[in-house]
Amino acid sequence: MNGYLRADGRKGIRNVIVVAYLVECAHHVARLIVQRSDDPDVQLIGFPGCYPNAYALSMMKAVCTHPNVGGVVLLSLGCEGFNREGLGEAVRASGRPVETLVIQEAGGTARTLASGLEAVDRIKRRIAEVPRGAMALDELVVGTICGGSDGTSGISANPAVGRCFDRLVAAGATCIFEETGELIGCEDVMAARAVTAELAEQIRGAVAKAARYYSVLGYGSFAPGNAEGGLTTQEEKSMGAYSKSGASQIHGLIKPGDVPPAGGLYLLDVVPDGEVRFGFPNISDNAEIVELIACGAHMILFTTGRGSVVGSAISPVIKICANPETYRRLADDMDVNAGRIIDGAGDVDGVGAEIYDLVGRVAAGQPSVSEALGHQEFILTYKQFEPIGPACLPTR
Amino acid sequence: MDSSANTGVSQVRLVLLHPDDNVLVVCQSARAGDRLRIDGQRYRLADDIALGHKIARADLKAGDKVIKYGVPIGSVTRPIPKGGHVHVANMKSDYIAGHDRAGGPPLKTDWQI
Repeated sequence: MNGYLRADGRKGIRNVIVVAYLVECAHHVARLIVQRSDDPDVQLIGFPGCYPNAYALSMMKAVCTHPNVGGVVLLSLGCEGFNREGLGEAVRASGRPVETLVIQEAGGTARTLASGLEAVDRIKRRIAEVPRGAMALDELVVGTICGGSDGTSGISANPAVGRCFDRLVAAGATCIFEETGELIGCEDVMAARAVTAELAEQIRGAVAKAARYYSVLGYGSFAPGNAEGGLTTQEEKSMGAYSKSGASQIHGLIKPGDVPPAGGLYLLDVVPDGEVRFGFPNISDNAEIVELIACGAHMILFTTGRGSVVGSAISPVIKICANPETYRRLADDMDVNAGRIIDGAGDVDGVGAEIYDLVGRVAAGQPSVSEALGHQEFILTYKQFEPIGPACLPTR
Repeated sequence: MDSSANTGVSQVRLVLLHPDDNVLVVCQSARAGDRLRIDGQRYRLADDIALGHKIARADLKAGDKVIKYGVPIGSVTRPIPKGGHVHVANMKSDYIAGHDRAGGPPLKTDWQI
């Protein structure tokens, strides 16, 4: 594995330029720049809101300085509340090239587009010189998520990802699983795997927070498609989702934007702190993927039963299909057919080994299927978080 | 889900995920009348059932916990015969309700953790 060596000491598996709109009003111009650039490594990200939000700023700082990102073009309308200077400074401080275009000052859509294309070209020339160097498994960060779960997810793709995670963690890699709201009902089994009793309490607290949050909202993440796929309750869905975490000890509890300090298995708490504000914790799968990427995930293992097709900007998404019937319909969108476990043509260890091998190849540069298809979804919305406490990251 | 490819399956494949479970997971979409074998006893499916859904491994009565992966995943709300389909019509979450496509949440359950 040969990584891109960043000035801040981190190592990436891709070398992309992100064009980031800082309010919906700048979205179209940013999109035009990306479209006209016509390069899969020039990617569109952004935050649509006009009002400032500390979480959105910290998330944009985290993704714009992600190890897979080489340089950044910021697109501002001019009057929005987003702290574009603060974001630009954070990117500069990481040693990455950054250019900021303000549409109201640059002279409108056409002129900003022209300036933006020039900025992309300048940054492209600079990041072409980013040095490459050896990158080991213990420098890799891998996140996992499930989307469109059904009754097969928890018996094929998810436990297979769990086996892959066990091997990655044993090799010193950093693995992150998430969505405490989709782990409601698993708090006891999960707490028993925490490296310290204090961390176990933090994990229980995070699930209880998720349960309270969803209770106020009126319902959990359990969706109609889940029921059509044979899942009946949140806790049933949770147990299936939980099996993605494998059997390693849990080394820490992090929040969006926290980069784990060392290898190991980490639980990402994605449910906001404080009173219920801004609606659902995560409005769709890509919101969670963005949070995993903000925690440094170089790639995402995405399991699906019903059949998701999404990928992501910045970090490749590997899709593992749990359901053999779904796989037959959507094979062109899937990297791994875990449905063969259901068909009796494979086992969990074998599929886990296939995922593990694919992680190595995608880290070495092989495009994942969603990446090759051009999927570069990205979504970021309003949230609020308190910083994690010392018990969440026990020192080893 | 299209189950036509599985019409007339000789015996529906089922998986037991944990020895304590009182449900089995269906490994292929099947039709009413298809044959099942549960712990050595023969049954016939009462209704069509899709891949990934659950079948009762024993006669279940209202209030029983439904056990899958060796842990409770909810409670039975109306009696389910051995071999019957276990789903939203006869069981519920002990934690929190889901939502339907009509946009509204169904009845919430009282729960605390």
